Amino acid sequence: METVVFLISAAVILSGALGVIFSKNPVHSALFMVQTLFGVAVLFILLEATFLAAIQVIVYAGAIVILFVFVITLLGVDRAEDLQVEPISGQRPLAVVLGASIFGIILTVLIAGVGGPTGVREANTSIGDANDNTRILGEALFSTKVFSVELTALLLTVAVVGAVVLSTRPTKPLISTLEEHQNDAVEDELEEKGGE
Amino acid sequence: MMIIASDPLLSSDIGFSVVAVMLLKVVLAFALLMISVLLVIWFERKVVADMHNRVGPSLAGPWGILQTLADGIKLFFKEDLLPARADRVVFRLAPYLSLVPAFLSFAIVPIGGDFTNGGDGTVSIFGHRTLLQVADPPVGILLFLALSSIAVYGVMLAGWSSGSKYPLLGSVRASAQMISYEAALGLSMATVFLSSGTLSTSGIVSGQATWNWNLVATGVIPFVIFVIAGTAELNRPPFDLVEAEQELVGGFHTEYSSIRFALFFLAEFMNMITMSAIAVTLFLGGPNGPILIKQISWVWPILWFFLKVMAFLFTFVWLRATLPRLRYDQLMDLGWKLLIPASLGWFLLIAALNIGEDRGWSTFLVVPIGLVILSLAALLLSGAIKKAKDSNLHAADLSEISEGMDQ
Repeated sequence: METVVFLISAAVILSGALGVIFSKNPVHSALFMVQTLFGVAVLFILLEATFLAAIQVIVYAGAIVILFVFVITLLGVDRAEDLQVEPISGQRPLAVVLGASIFGIILTVLIAGVGGPTGVREANTSIGDANDNTRILGEALFSTKVFSVELTALLLTVAVVGAVVLSTRPTKPLISTLEEHQNDAVEDELEEKGGE
Repeated sequence: MMIIASDPLLSSDIGFSVVAVMLLKVVLAFALLMISVLLVIWFERKVVADMHNRVGPSLAGPWGILQTLADGIKLFFKEDLLPARADRVVFRLAPYLSLVPAFLSFAIVPIGGDFTNGGDGTVSIFGHRTLLQVADPPVGILLFLALSSIAVYGVMLAGWSSGSKYPLLGSVRASAQMISYEAALGLSMATVFLSSGTLSTSGIVSGQATWNWNLVATGVIPFVIFVIAGTAELNRPPFDLVEAEQELVGGFHTEYSSIRFALFFLAEFMNMITMSAIAVTLFLGGPNGPILIKQISWVWPILWFFLKVMAFLFTFVWLRATLPRLRYDQLMDLGWKLLIPASLGWFLLIAALNIGEDRGWSTFLVVPIGLVILSLAALLLSGAIKKAKDSNLHAADLSEISEGMDQ
């Protein structure tokens, strides 16, 4: 039973991932990404991590990818991209080399890792009853892992502040703006006269 | 799978009869939802007509009760158009992305069962004890949040794939609105989780069995926020900018016709019923209520649940008939600058109360101190908003001056 569910969701995840890469329309890519995230959520349920499964759908599918789609449709970049031109020369061979080496590193760690896939004890043991997921996860996050949680919160706050700073236009003081405009106006007049 | 394990029906060996009972529940929930959608659409038209001093639908069946059925059959026989510039696959997919979450989220609502006097809310169907809800996953109400975030895709993609400007504008508005208000909705729900100590819907309902409804336990504010945010999440008036006819023709479903349009319509009203049911479950004790005649004790919880949901549905219709539509900036201001900070602040207050109970602090001390801190934070926030508004006005003045200079 578990094997069947795993195989089906693996197929869903992989086909979604391939779809993200191969579809030419960015909106289709985003939709395939949702498919992949759903497959991962099913895998979480299979591992009895029901809370993570729900959060996976709420946060990734419900917030992050929807923002991708939002930006894509709002900016009007939802047309098929021309993939013949290489923006940076030598980009593609480099990407292949980098991708392969990262894959190699992950594979080496997985094979050589001590005590199971990641070597971290908590990641390899059952966290208890599926009905009690939320409580156990919350206790772990806010007791033993509280430092990393706070650091992540700080990181996110910095990101938000950065986004706000970048998105606001710098307002110049009134005087200099007026002067500039007067200069512009004089220049415009000169140009017009020159044209005549 | 563990995900539906808290239902006693599934804790024993799963044989043919268990599957049959499960199927029966699914079919019953489906039929119930379909019939109530038919009746709710009629109800809304009739009530709005009364409030407008009109007659409303009156020809199909007694009091026009079959009007929705007639409309549905008419929509079936209409031509199914596919715009030339549409993205064909996504255009066909979008109505289902709206409809399926609308159906599924009703599955976690307990519509009956006696939770009073230590009852676990189960009823007997063909010798099997079971909850009167299709599924009771341990993540419970989070499933509702997940599904409502999927429903945004239906609206978003419908507008985008139509290949036309009004649907696109409508869908951009819709998704921005739904994402914004989902935060306030989730935060007001989180207060309920704090006071109930569980995410499971049956657990939340059984925690409210002795008239200690979450409405009072969480202090009314989260309930108010939930209803406002829920109305916005449903895109119902006064938050129906998504399909503001005067500006956008019909909003995201302008290009849809025939049965595909009917699916959107169905999903919209189904979401209204589900949102009412969830509000009743979270804040108003679900099916809990006094059991008046012992001989037919199973009827009373269903009756109470039905009455509470009806009250909500009437309120939604009432709002539609009385309130004018908000402007877009008012909508965003209300969501981001009022509802989200208010629900977050209230959430922190309830959390402080819970900690205070654990540590044995005096409630009479925790509440005033909490309220003082909250009002200080509110002052700070409103000061910051005022400052931002002033500097925005300043910038607008500047740009107006410079435009004047250019002319």
